[in-house]
Amino acid sequence: MEFLLQPLTLLTFFPLVGVLVLLFIPSDNKNALRWTALGASLVTFGISLWVLAQFNASNVDLQLVARYDWITVAGWNIQYFLGLDGLSILLVLLTAFLAPISILSTWTAVEERVKDFMLFFLLLEVGMMGVFLAQDLFLFYIFWEFTLVPMYFLIGIWGGPRRIYAAVKFFLYTMAGSILMLLAILWLGIYGQTFSVPDLIAQANVPANIQWWLFLAFAAAFAIKVPMWPLHSWLPDAHVEAPTAGSVILAGVLLKMGTYGFVRFNLPLFPEASVRAAPWIALLATIGILYGAMVSYAQKDVKKLVAYSSVSHLGFVMLGLFAMNEQGVAGAILQMINHGLSTGALFLLVGMIYEQTHTREMKVYGGLWKITPVFGSIMLIVSLSSMGLPGLNGFVGEFTILLGAFGSKSIGTNVYAILSALGVIMAAVYILYMFQKMFLGPQGEIVDEVKKHGHGIRDLNLRELVTIVPILIFIFWIGLYPKPFFDLMAPAVAHLVGMLPIP
Amino acid sequence: MNLTPQDYQVLTPYILLTVWACILLLVDLFIPKDRKGLTAMLAALGLALTLGFILSQIGIERVGFSGMVVLDGFSTFVNALLLVSGLLGIALAYGYVKRMGIERGEYYTLLLFSITGMMLMAQAADLIVIFIALELLSIPLYILAAFARPKVESEEAGMKYFLLGAFATGFVVYGTALVFGATGSTELSAIVAYASDGTPGLLLTIGAALILVGFGFKVAAVPFHMWTPDVYQGAPTAVTAFMSSGAKIAGFAALLRVFATAFPYIAADMTDVLWALAALTMIVGNFVAISQTDIKRMLAYSSIAHAGYILMAFVPYGNPDVRDVSIAAGLFYLVSYAVTNFGAWGVVIALEKNEGRGLAIADYAGLGKKYPALAAAMTVFMLSLIGLPPTIGLVGKFYLFRAVIAGGFTWLAIIGVLTSLVSAYYYLRVVVTMYMNDGEPETERETWLGLTTGATALVTVLLSFTPQVLFAWASEAVLKLF
Repeated sequence: MEFLLQPLTLLTFFPLVGVLVLLFIPSDNKNALRWTALGASLVTFGISLWVLAQFNASNVDLQLVARYDWITVAGWNIQYFLGLDGLSILLVLLTAFLAPISILSTWTAVEERVKDFMLFFLLLEVGMMGVFLAQDLFLFYIFWEFTLVPMYFLIGIWGGPRRIYAAVKFFLYTMAGSILMLLAILWLGIYGQTFSVPDLIAQANVPANIQWWLFLAFAAAFAIKVPMWPLHSWLPDAHVEAPTAGSVILAGVLLKMGTYGFVRFNLPLFPEASVRAAPWIALLATIGILYGAMVSYAQKDVKKLVAYSSVSHLGFVMLGLFAMNEQGVAGAILQMINHGLSTGALFLLVGMIYEQTHTREMKVYGGLWKITPVFGSIMLIVSLSSMGLPGLNGFVGEFTILLGAFGSKSIGTNVYAILSALGVIMAAVYILYMFQKMFLGPQGEIVDEVKKHGHGIRDLNLRELVTIVPILIFIFWIGLYPKPFFDLMAPAVAHLVGMLPIP
Repeated sequence: MNLTPQDYQVLTPYILLTVWACILLLVDLFIPKDRKGLTAMLAALGLALTLGFILSQIGIERVGFSGMVVLDGFSTFVNALLLVSGLLGIALAYGYVKRMGIERGEYYTLLLFSITGMMLMAQAADLIVIFIALELLSIPLYILAAFARPKVESEEAGMKYFLLGAFATGFVVYGTALVFGATGSTELSAIVAYASDGTPGLLLTIGAALILVGFGFKVAAVPFHMWTPDVYQGAPTAVTAFMSSGAKIAGFAALLRVFATAFPYIAADMTDVLWALAALTMIVGNFVAISQTDIKRMLAYSSIAHAGYILMAFVPYGNPDVRDVSIAAGLFYLVSYAVTNFGAWGVVIALEKNEGRGLAIADYAGLGKKYPALAAAMTVFMLSLIGLPPTIGLVGKFYLFRAVIAGGFTWLAIIGVLTSLVSAYYYLRVVVTMYMNDGEPETERETWLGLTTGATALVTVLLSFTPQVLFAWASEAVLKLF
């Protein structure tokens, strides 16, 4: 009982209660299924707030630890080990926050096999929570790989026309990286006689040449997930084909698992190798920022545009992380949250309009702001947040990252920071281009097209507003007063940066 | 030679099952043709009794019949696994043979005889006994493969298996003869004693290599795998299910025992060979499986691939530091493979219809919608074969790769994980077909079949959370050295 009542255990596994209830609801009672899933994810969010209330940001150690021996026979030393610190608290909250929002977004969008959808979605939430909370490498790997399975089904069953291709590509691509990490995990486990991350960090004696290979193996898994250029090609396919809720979670949380992996594992476990790799990662991140922005601009499909913008935004996160100073890392972690909110919201909005028009071709839209003023205004706010307008959340993250990247000792040159700053401008170009095409100018042909079949395009309804407004609150909150968010992670970030052997 | 009761104690489970099978052969004569289910029940009862007896022998280590057979943790573990496989094999066959019109009492007695051979194999400590056990396990399997006569495919499978199997057995005999020539004995303990004295001669190495060839055939290692797809496809599916697990377990058990106890001194020569064999088996098995459209052939290649993974456990056998760990890892992997494999074949049997219809992967379309439980079970098996959570397959791979890395064979482990990635492609295709394509599959509902698939799926998942007991047991199941 004590085991089950640990706050973090509850937080991770509560969605399973929802899964169990779902199993006993008949498949044709769609609303009961939806409410159950929503209820389970809301309770999980409640638990995450309860966890936040118990969290002490000034303590840099793992908190609310749930640690039990799991497999300790035959030379194995695997523990059930969950813990939380300043590096992960925000991501945990983001996950718990986005889950009910995503479920709300499926209310009318998913009509087929609702039961299966909700089952997979709640299972996915378990996996994501586990990834952010696990402090034992074996346990982490299990959660990490497990997230693949429900996401694969979400894309493959409820996705667009090329869903099977996208689902399989997503699965194989991500698995390719993970299995290399598996070998590195095994090597560490044999070498350190434990899989516990804090213990491995405390030992901190992996020989430098081996550190390099282990770093690369872990980086392979995480870089694909982020995704870093040039390993990003699964992302547009997965995003475009995934159902809206899948895209939101994919962009909002799953990609963060990659960047989080770098913070949690690569930097502290392999500090020397990380410093050695920093200039190269910064190079790839900068290419990603510029490439993602340019390719975004070239898109005709609005969902693809948003998908490629993720490549660009996550380039910033990677740049900040490998700047390896407090501003850089703190900015990167905040930018993970920002990207989750802004891009998540963009996918939600795109999904809302797609539900009515069934097309994502930007050229058929136009003048939407006049017809749907509320929708248009919200879209504008989210777009501005995504491109980093001061006063909104995106600016705070990107600015702090660039501040860190300038004069970063680990990167060693300012060229990347300067080039990346160009990325901010390019973001404005493609985002405003999208907004202009869809919401301004003469009325697009799709408006009449939709009218032919019924009432024409309507503005947001109450459910859609309930879905999107919570995100807007945070977009403003982080933009105007980011201090509470920085305070949550600052000591942990300082502690992490202090461990790195920066020349 | 004075035989004491203790000698017999070493072989009690084996003797018990053999006697039971012989009596069953007679009893079966009096069971009417339409009630052969009774034979199945009796056969299962015999297996269960033997299993109970074996479990009571845990912890006992003994050598019997002047060192020709042994009873140790290893043999107990393997025998228990074999008997469970036998029980699963009967449960899968029970409805299948009825439905396919091949229900004859001999089916079950042949199964029992084959299992006795496998059990003897796990306990044999003398090359001659190993040879006898090999024949005892193989001949009933040859017959079972052809059991669906006059179906041409089945007859072909039986014939092919018999001819190639006999050929492979020849290798074992020849190898045994060479080893005898080199060392003057066929007893494993005498062989190792001889080899430890002086430098092992070339003759011994050649003999060991020939024995490896013979067993490589039995466990379907590349390049001795050619028979596998044809035989697995042609044989009645219930036989294939049993054969692909049982014969593999027994073959690996014998290989492990022979190499780890008798040939540690030629490890320097053999390690590279085993390395190449394992790598080749993983690569060929997984890559060829991609292009299969028939589920039985796909699972046949998958079983070849898994033989490659298990072979990885052999590679460090000459290194005393990691030998026990890798043997335990190999045993655990055999368990995880056997459980998963039976489940997967169970699903295949559920979809198979007369005249070999329902066996294309395309026939699985729509299964997820129409039979969610069956599709979920199949998904669990596919994930386990890939090695993904939350299944025992992941734990098995984790254990195995850990042993391989601890042995210093990182490149082999890299080949192992990369081929796992390849395997994900074709296993996932089954899942894709079940859930993402539309179709109207039909399945057979049979109590025992349903129970077997359900139970194996459950075990596949649950054991991934609580592998401790099995881990502990496998790591105690080390070979007794003389």
